[in-house]
Amino acid sequence: MGRLRAMTIKEFWALMRDPKARITLVVPPLIQLIVFSFAATLEVRNVEIGVLDRSRGVASAEIVSQLAGSPNFKRIVRLSSEEELQEAIDTQEVIAALVFDEAFDRAVASGQPALVGVVLDGRRSNAAQIVGSYLSEIVAAAGAEVSQRQAEPTAISINWFNPNLEFLWFNLPSLIVIVVSIAGLSITAQTVARERELGTFDQLMVTPLTTWQILLGKMIPPFIVGLFNATVFLIAAPLVFNVPFTGSLVLFYLGLSAYLMALIGVGMFVSSLSKTQQQAFLGSFVATIPIVLLSGFASPIENMPDWLQILTYINPARYFMDISIGQFLKAQPVDVLLANLWPLVVIAAVTLSLSGWLFRARME
Amino acid sequence: MGTAVARVRDLVKRFDEGQHPALDMVSMTIETGGVTGLVGPDGAGKTTLVRILAGLMDPSSGILEVMGKEPGKTLEAIGYMPQRFGLYEDLSVIQNLNLYADMRAVAPEEREAVFTQLLDFTDLDRFRQRLAGNLSGGMKQKLGLACALVKTPRLLLLDEPSVGVDPISRRELWAMVQELTGEGIGVLWSTAYLDEAEKCDTVYLLNEGKLLFDGPPKALTGAVEDRVVQVTDYDGTPRRLLTRLLDREDVVDGTIQGSSLRLLLDQPDALEGETGFAKAKVAPRFEDGFIERLGGGPKGTSPLAQAYRSIDAGNRPAIEAHGLTKRFGDFTAASDISFEVPYGSIFGLLGPNGAGKSTTFKMLCGLLTPTEGDGSVAGNNLLSARGRARAALGYMAQKFSLYGDLSVAQNLNFFAGAYGLEKGRARSAIERVTEIFDLGDVMGTNAGGLPLGFKQRLALAAAVLHEPPVLFLDEPTSGVDPVTRREFWTHINGLVEKGVAVLVTTHFMEEAEYCDTITLIYRAKQIANGTPDQLKAEAAQMAGLDRPTMEETFIAMIEASEAKLEAQASRAA
Repeated sequence: MGRLRAMTIKEFWALMRDPKARITLVVPPLIQLIVFSFAATLEVRNVEIGVLDRSRGVASAEIVSQLAGSPNFKRIVRLSSEEELQEAIDTQEVIAALVFDEAFDRAVASGQPALVGVVLDGRRSNAAQIVGSYLSEIVAAAGAEVSQRQAEPTAISINWFNPNLEFLWFNLPSLIVIVVSIAGLSITAQTVARERELGTFDQLMVTPLTTWQILLGKMIPPFIVGLFNATVFLIAAPLVFNVPFTGSLVLFYLGLSAYLMALIGVGMFVSSLSKTQQQAFLGSFVATIPIVLLSGFASPIENMPDWLQILTYINPARYFMDISIGQFLKAQPVDVLLANLWPLVVIAAVTLSLSGWLFRARME
Repeated sequence: MGTAVARVRDLVKRFDEGQHPALDMVSMTIETGGVTGLVGPDGAGKTTLVRILAGLMDPSSGILEVMGKEPGKTLEAIGYMPQRFGLYEDLSVIQNLNLYADMRAVAPEEREAVFTQLLDFTDLDRFRQRLAGNLSGGMKQKLGLACALVKTPRLLLLDEPSVGVDPISRRELWAMVQELTGEGIGVLWSTAYLDEAEKCDTVYLLNEGKLLFDGPPKALTGAVEDRVVQVTDYDGTPRRLLTRLLDREDVVDGTIQGSSLRLLLDQPDALEGETGFAKAKVAPRFEDGFIERLGGGPKGTSPLAQAYRSIDAGNRPAIEAHGLTKRFGDFTAASDISFEVPYGSIFGLLGPNGAGKSTTFKMLCGLLTPTEGDGSVAGNNLLSARGRARAALGYMAQKFSLYGDLSVAQNLNFFAGAYGLEKGRARSAIERVTEIFDLGDVMGTNAGGLPLGFKQRLALAAAVLHEPPVLFLDEPTSGVDPVTRREFWTHINGLVEKGVAVLVTTHFMEEAEYCDTITLIYRAKQIANGTPDQLKAEAAQMAGLDRPTMEETFIAMIEASEAKLEAQASRAA
């Protein structure tokens, strides 16, 4: 026990006192927090919209005034011809334009299907797509108000769990997964490689510390750092970003612990394989990318090709992503959590034993 | 000598303001027709000076001329062989030469003649296609030298060409460089080996950035002429006698040379009238002069040993090796190595690089599992009681291998914990070594930032915290200044007298002299075994030498073994 404590304290010091290690401790979570929560916004605000109104009726005027009232749109640009519309889109004066043809108002008044043309700037496809969906929502809503006679054929979607589709509600719980992954992997990956590179490995191996004391001593610091990072985000989410935590903290930490074990196993595997810190850094980078990309954060797993979807089953981040979002937004019950927890435990058992085996095999 | 090719006046190089300068008012002249030695321990400033001369670094102040011009203006006339990274390890011998020839703009039609001559000169012609990374340490240095010579320079700068090179290759390298001086090339040879200084025509002795001496080596050794004596014919162990004599005021320095002692006295007639031993004057060495300039060696009694527990010998030897063999694939790194080390003695594993001594050493301290054979440390079998065997040994490696980013105190705390000392014992052990090694003022300093001498002390302190009965030392004092080395061996000698068994691997002849028994390992096999005196006598007979030094003994034995192998090979063919 005393030996394990000495080993763990030493690993903590190594982490805190090595300038390179200190940077991996602080900088990546900070950058991720800034980049993901402020820059990588999935929302569109302050765009300009063109309107080419050939019908000049009540219904179109109503829709335009609704547009003008929306906080997403900064300004409505009145257009008077097709040429002006083309000009406005070409010069990127507007990102999208609504076109009401002459028959629009009559069609609404007579209760017939009325169509509004939407021209989107395909060069900015992502933002344009979002604007497009805003526009159709507004048009549908306005149309329903204007035309009393017809039951609106719109599919009104209500987003459960995140009623206002606030991107932060989705981003922050996912961000916890990413931050924990990157920090956990990079810290663990350095531990053995650092000793190899600096020549302290032999000195460590001739002490009476057993392999398990050494491995455990090297795994405890990244585990605690992982818990710490997640806790900071857990506190910041409701306080700073107004993202509610609806689930159980006990279940969240249970999932987090299992995930950290799986992750540390991967990191230790990379570290046992590396001779220098640079190799370990590259190795952890190589491991981080698929873990993050196949977690469902960057793109939904259902949108991936089948073979890739199968691959995501061995990615521990997939399960923890589900647990984190589930505990944050859905107050996920225990049985749903367990379905995600047992694969994590299995993966952790595999990565930890593999890394232990590799560490022993590469000792000589 | 000949004409001056480089001149340096009052050179200062400071890397960090407020820190001790790397070079402090150094002046030197390099002339053609001889070897100028730049001598000093690691960290003395040798590499800095060589790099400044090569135009790779600017001095902070001072005057500097290379062939009458600023350095960097005369690059085509300089051949420079850096300490490391001089060769491209993934290129073959001939590709390396071609690359250097390209850089030096050697005309393609001249190359073949130049390469043939250089490869012949360095005896590397057989290895043209071999990757530089697969050459032995000595061959790499020879190739490095060849690369520096693709275009005959007027000034050849060699930065520690003999480091990591076995004595035979060292001798060959020296002969090559000697030959070059005859062709009007000025050679600067930097080295940490003081015995090489004696062979130079002019020597500049650096220590901590300051020039301690310059001139022909004879001038330095002349100052201690008549004061160096060899002591023989005494009772008891050489260690005990050395301790007693070093504690006297009239003995400046002393070392063990096999079964005799070598002393530097403060007066030619000191020790006159002392009985119990015989003494005879011997020729002084460069190191004697150096150590006197440094103010003499440490006293003989080791406070570490005084505070150490007495080791209870038991009835088994401290270290046993029975037929230790290690194979990596079809390569045999060590074959059938057997020996025993009793408590209270020093055992040396000697051999050139790559001969198998490190492999043997690593098997015994549990870093490698033997393919065949077994061994024990303090009665604990290496295979079945590895943990207990490790707990019984203290380990100190040639390269400083404590945690550089941790403070001295954190390092000591870790090792106390790793060796399972519980709180009270850990605290008293740390207090003890802190006082003995004078670490009190540096407890909060990062170990990596300590001066070399302190690192050495800290490494020893960490190795003996748990008072192990067995010490494993891997080239413990290569590159350190002679005073630090004396200090280290004073402690080791004291510990051995308390019953500690010491296993040391080295290719450093000075360290070999301290051993009670030596086994010489060459090409994975033990080729000789015995006390230093026995080996010397054997070599004297074998090669017809008169009172050979340890180095000559080493070379003679390896050459004899080589000849035997060749004879076997030709008989087989």
